This record gives sequence, structure tokens and C-alpha cells, in this order.
Amino acid sequence: MNESPQNRAECDIPFQVNGKLVAVRVYPMERLLDVLREELGLTGTKEGCGEGECGSCAVLMDGALVNSCLIPVLQAKGAKITTIEGLARGEQLHALQQAFLDCGGAQCGICTPGMILAAYHLLSTKPQPSLEDIREGLSGNLCRCTGYEQIVEAVAKVGRRGSGG
Amino acid sequence: MRARPADYELVAPGTLSAVLSLLAQEPGEWLPIAGGTDVMVQYSAGTLPARKLVSIWSLPELRQIEVTPSEVRVGAGCTFADLRQHEIVGREFALLAKAAGWTGGIANQNRGTLGGNIINGSPAADSLPALLVYEAELVLVSVKGERRVPYGDFHTDYRKTQLAPDELVRSVCLSRRFSGYYAHARKVGARNAQAISKVCLAALGRLADGVVDDVRLAMGSVAPVPLRLRETERTVKGRRIEPELIQVASRAAAAEIRPIDDIRSTARYRTAVAGNLVAEFLERLSVAGPAQK
Repeated sequence: MNESPQNRAECDIPFQVNGKLVAVRVYPMERLLDVLREELGLTGTKEGCGEGECGSCAVLMDGALVNSCLIPVLQAKGAKITTIEGLARGEQLHALQQAFLDCGGAQCGICTPGMILAAYHLLSTKPQPSLEDIREGLSGNLCRCTGYEQIVEAVAKVGRRGSGG
Repeated sequence: MRARPADYELVAPGTLSAVLSLLAQEPGEWLPIAGGTDVMVQYSAGTLPARKLVSIWSLPELRQIEVTPSEVRVGAGCTFADLRQHEIVGREFALLAKAAGWTGGIANQNRGTLGGNIINGSPAADSLPALLVYEAELVLVSVKGERRVPYGDFHTDYRKTQLAPDELVRSVCLSRRFSGYYAHARKVGARNAQAISKVCLAALGRLADGVVDDVRLAMGSVAPVPLRLRETERTVKGRRIEPELIQVASRAAAAEIRPIDDIRSTARYRTAVAGNLVAEFLERLSVAGPAQK
């Protein structure tokens, strides 16, 4: 073992979360997921499978949908992260959050934050998606409660109104 | 057992030359990590052998798609999302664009890279049969310079490649001579999204005067490496597509592959599917009409 010890030390990593600049002192291989939840207290982002299959931990990084369980936090340095906590405006839920409630798109809730961020990402690229677009856009997010129909309906509802961005 | 972040080193030098210098200083010691869709899975499971990682995510030198009159050079750090969004890749290399859309869900397509798929070297990777039929060439780079190798020779055995310990894949070169071919891709898996293939096929064919003027077939998940089906191609080339030829080609494919039983399927099922996929392709090619230019 000849590595210099300082290389494995914690380091300061600044990035933006939900519009606020934060700086965390962590090991560079910490997963972004754990940093969000444990260092920053943003527990809306959930851990499901921990291997990029289920989408529960999805967040936006510089506008792109990503699975935060697969991101070493050093790669988030300087990035703009949006988590589920960043969608509502004060007490005013985002249109997607409201639609999930109205349509019964959330049951146990574990998949919901990732599902909503995947939908948000979809609507940011395709404001009026077809049903096929919605199914593809959410295909990396697994739900074990709803059977997906209510979720697709919620996203379609927001897409029809054009209020998802 | 879950990995402890404190046991791992990760650096992000930020430029290609700085990464190559690091690889040259301690060859084989540093594991490059791009979008992490393979490396981080191993890391989280506590099975990643490397302890020292160097980030190559979004290095500008690796994230470009360069188009020349004769070829398209895809930077190895381009993501599957980049491939899907690129107009010329979509138009002229439809098999690659289609496979990019099969690779995980949107979140993994935003992070997974073509170079990572190549180096990970899974025989089940959906994008690799496409690279075989397009006869891609890889540009490998180290501090000593660049070398260009045919992708078809790159995988030497199960998850083994020609890459030297101080090298990175810099780009994937695709020759722009396939727009007149009929292109056909098929993935057979447990579900459409997020499923690793039981068998996947990339195929190109061109008819002239009713006979198969050229044909290229490659499959995933049927051998220790992504496999070009050269014997099957030989049985088809220069012949008219008739029911008898389809049967012969289907049997040739079944004989040429080397599938195994694993968690996703059985060798027997894969053999049957491989033959059927070749038959389906030839049937479609026969009605696809003359080559379009």
C-alpha cells in the first residue's frame, strides 16, 4: 500500500441542490444518493435496488435524469442537482405532484420521487408526450403498487395541460 | 458486503492528457470510471477489485461526435442519449441508435457510454453487435500516441480485450457506407425496458438482382464475446432468399453460436431463438426491395 494517505481523505465538494449552493466534506466515492440523504437531509430521494435498475433514487443532474446511486459524488462537483424537494414552490405542489395525488399515482411512495422526476424530465423534452413516450420515459422506474396505469394517467394529464415544465 | 467509501480513491484530472499520464505512471492501477453504470454496481456490491479510480466522465475530448465525408467518429465518452439524439447516427447507423434506446432506461442512457459498454465487454451488451456489423474501428490512445484496431478483433475472450493497461478507448469510427443496406435489429428479453437480452441481433443486408449481394449478422448473449456470424453470412451471400435457404441459414446460425445456460435463459432456448431471428431477418430482407441510395 503506497498510496499517499491524503488521496483517500475526505474533500470539499461544492455543488448546487435545488438552487442552493452547498459544500459537503465527504469521501469522493460516496454515492450522491447517500450524500443527499445523509449529509444534506434530503430524504425524498429513495434507495431501492442500489444498482441502477429501479429508478427510486433518480434526480436531475444538470437537467439530465440520472440514478444517484450510481454517481460518485466527486462527479457531481459543480453540478446543478434537482431533487423531489426542489419541485414544489413553498406550499404549492408542482403540477406533477398534484396530478399523482389526484390520479392515485402514489401508494407506498418509494418509487414516487424518482417517478415524478422522470416525468418532469420527460415533459421538459416533450411537453405533450404520447402514451408511448410516457411509457418509455418512465421505463427505468419500477413501481410495485400501482400497476403503472394511474402514474401514466397522471403524467398524461399534466402533458395535456402543458404545465409540466 | 457494501463498500466503504473511505477505502477507495477517486480523482478527476479533468483533461484527457492528465488521465493518460496517470495511467502511464501506474499502468493497471487506475480504473477509469465514466458514467458508472457498470463500475458503481460492482462498487456498491463490494465486488469492485480496483481501489483507485480515475474519472473520465464528460471529458470534452471523449464527448464529441465528429462527422467527416467518409466516417463518423463517436467519442468513447458519448452517452447512449447522445447517440439517440444524433441525426446522422440515427439515419446512417440505425442499428446503433436503436440499441442505444434498448440500453437501460432513460437515466442509464444519460450516463452509460459507448466506450464503457465496449470495455465492460459484456457479451449481452446491446450496442456491440451493431458495432460488429458496421465493422467499426476503435481508436485507442495512451501517452505514446494513438492506434486504430478493428472492433471485430478487440474482444479476445470473455471480458478480455486488446486494451493495454495504459490505454483508453478514444473513439469509435463508423464508415459511412451502409445507407443502402436494409437494417434490422431485434432484442429478445424478459421485458422491453431494463432487461438484459437473452439474445439480440443486429443485421444488415443488401439485395441486387434478387440475390443477397451482402449480408452482415451479429448477435449478443450467444457466446463469450459479441459474435459475428460469418459462417451463416457465407451460406446466404450470393443466393436468392427462398424458404430452403432460410432453413439452411437458420441451422447455420444455431450451429455457429456458443450459448450457455445462465440466469436469463438456457442454451437450448437461445439456439432456437438465434435461428428464428436469422429467419425473420431474411424474410424481411426478401420483401424489403432493392437497396435504397
